[in-house]
Amino acid sequence: MSEDLLAEITESVIGGEPETVIALTRQALEMGLEPMEIINQGLVPGMDIAGEKFSRGEFFLPHLLIAAKGMQNAMELLEPELVARKQTFKSVGTVVIGTVQGDIHEIGKSLVGTMLSANGFKVHDLGVDVRIENFVSKIEETRADIVGLSALLTTTMIGQREVIEALVEAGLRDRVKVLVGGAPVSQSWAEEIGADGYAEDATGAIQVAQKLMGAKS
Amino acid sequence: MSTSVSSISNPKLSLNILTEGDIRQIHSATLEVIESVGVKFPSPKALDILKAHGAKVDHETMVARISGDVIETCLAKAPPIFTLAAIDPDLDLPLDGNHSYLGTDGCGVEIIDAFSGECRRSNKQDVYDVARVADDLDAIAFHWVPISAQDCPPESRGLHELEAIWTVSKKHAQTETILDERQMRAAIEMAALLAGGKGELRKRPLLSIMQCTISPLAHDTGSLEAGLIAAEAGLPVGFMTMASCASTGPTTLAGNLVVGNAEVISALALMQMAYPGCPVYYAAAQTAMDLRTGAYTGGGPEDFLFGAATNLLADFYNVPLSMGAFATGAKEPNWQAAVDNSFSSFMAVSTLSDMLLGAGLLHGSRIFSYEMLLMDAEIWSILHAMFKGIDVNEETLALDAIREVGPGGTFLTHSHTVEHLGQLWLPTLMDRRTYSAWQVKRDGAREWALSRARQILSQEPLESLDPALKIEFEKIIETVEQG
Ligand code: B1M
Repeated sequence: MSEDLLAEITESVIGGEPETVIALTRQALEMGLEPMEIINQGLVPGMDIAGEKFSRGEFFLPHLLIAAKGMQNAMELLEPELVARKQTFKSVGTVVIGTVQGDIHEIGKSLVGTMLSANGFKVHDLGVDVRIENFVSKIEETRADIVGLSALLTTTMIGQREVIEALVEAGLRDRVKVLVGGAPVSQSWAEEIGADGYAEDATGAIQVAQKLMGAKS
Repeated sequence: MSTSVSSISNPKLSLNILTEGDIRQIHSATLEVIESVGVKFPSPKALDILKAHGAKVDHETMVARISGDVIETCLAKAPPIFTLAAIDPDLDLPLDGNHSYLGTDGCGVEIIDAFSGECRRSNKQDVYDVARVADDLDAIAFHWVPISAQDCPPESRGLHELEAIWTVSKKHAQTETILDERQMRAAIEMAALLAGGKGELRKRPLLSIMQCTISPLAHDTGSLEAGLIAAEAGLPVGFMTMASCASTGPTTLAGNLVVGNAEVISALALMQMAYPGCPVYYAAAQTAMDLRTGAYTGGGPEDFLFGAATNLLADFYNVPLSMGAFATGAKEPNWQAAVDNSFSSFMAVSTLSDMLLGAGLLHGSRIFSYEMLLMDAEIWSILHAMFKGIDVNEETLALDAIREVGPGGTFLTHSHTVEHLGQLWLPTLMDRRTYSAWQVKRDGAREWALSRARQILSQEPLESLDPALKIEFEKIIETVEQG
């Protein structure tokens, strides 16, 4: 019975029905299933399969993102239950991400953020046109492992350097890895400003983020 | 320095892409969206103007809901015809609904160096050099800032770019990179010096302004406020939607047109509320997201359809259109680039879009290539020839000549042939040599395009800007830099 329900949750994640994912997750909690069980045996397998289908070209980006949304919604529901049990779902790492000040390009940054969370990272997305101090305070507050800085304009990419400088000033630079990306950004720019990683697209961003986590531990 | 521009006018070819009924449906759906869903105007200044004109404004979300009647009344105030003036009046561009003009693209972040072949970050010298080459090409009617002057401070970069272009070209300039009030005021000051005063500039706008909307259904603070300042000075202002199917717009093309249309006409209406009768234009570069990567494609059948459809909307509102074309995602000037740029430009011209952007960029408007610029100019010359269509009259039916030549004769030496030779198109980059001639160097369009660009760049630069004005420009820029 509970196995059937978990399988249904998996299916609803893959099938792109975020509303159903929520309803089934709620039902599972009501039936007394453990939140960890729901996550590890219902949600995560769904996300894994969606990811595999995407890599094989059977799924397109919207399929993958809707699956991630379903999982995220369910996680929000489960979070307080985990807290109540003094449990934590161990994420791969915590990421604060945003588009730097003066820049309102959102699509690429959000894509990177969503793909990171689909790959097990806990992501705090600060949106676009984010002030330096907001990056710094969010990193402090969440004890983030990685900060992701997106910049799409040649006039705003300098903001990536400014965040790094602010991190040094706040004494946080050793605690957090800096990942940069966006249309005018390159590996050489990343090196020039002392970032820890650069990625040209979302898939690359996941790989670099995973590598940075490896370097941290 | 060019003395004429090659526009496409009186086209003989046309395309039926949307019926009048289709356009009306798109229009009504758009008004419904603006009225019921609303559009975000994150500028207190803009919201005040909208409110004074009866819009329902939510100051917290900054969303304005504007009634269809108000939108229609405001749009009716926009002048249907105006001219993009050039420093040399022979290069003026009347936007009268009967011309298509090609401009360079903007604004890339890297350039493939004409001499070293290296792909590197662009600088002010590059803006100057590209403007020299673009100036030399009749196909290029106006300049966009093709690439960014990244060696100049961000707060004055847009001004340095304009200065570089105006130093070497007398063609009209349109910019998309002036996004704040301070730079906009300075750009107007520079343009006014060039025009001979603010009143003259209003009469002969040497500069026009392009701002972006933020799909779906939003505007940008800086862009709105800079746009209002430009409109106040009488500079033509356009708002460009880049709604992308499946991400910032619906997957369906009609729905995408509705979203983009709502953004553009709501901004144009705002300009008319603030400065009734100011020259405005519709601008668009809709596309479809790549389904696998989410990338901005800048090519493909959806882009081509948008290219043709959008001018029908602009015509419906009786304003000129600036249409993104030539925006290939190809990484070098190759097969993909030729396919993308030929189709996109053909489709946009088929409905006589007034301004086409933009020649010369690769990789979705990110990398400038001189080769691509020259090749795009050649595509334009093919379009120019094609849209003349086929003239049918006594002279072109050539009955006399046919009679005289008769069966088995030759037209090669007939006087009718020689008289009309100018009507046949001559390539500069197409390879029509023998196979063995090709085998000698195995060269072709890319090498020839590059060598033409190098030739122009190797000439002594002809700086047409009055040195006294240049000094004035530098002072204005310095003031901006000093804050
Ligand atoms: C943290 O780690 C990481 C790691 C990887 C990261 C990362 C962070 N962030 C991104 N990545 C990477 O992974 C992502 C996913 O694969 C990728 O993200 P991307 O964002 O690259 O990819 C997305 C999935 C799809 N791509 C995009 O969304 C960007 C596409 C292009 C065409 C583009 C778009 C769509 C837009 N734009 Co703008 N825009 C352009 C872009 C040209 C281009 N081809 O890139 C560019 C960047 N824009 C430009 C300009 C000039 C502008 N834009 C502006 C506005 C807009 C729109 C609002 C219309 C729209 C954005 C809509 C939105 N909600 O985000 C204005 C900026 C206003 C501002 N203050 O920011 C405006 C100034 C135009 C104007 N006059 O208003 C140009 C910059 C030129 C320069 N020299 O700096 C530009 C190159 C186009 C051009 N040639 O003109 C990677 O870069």
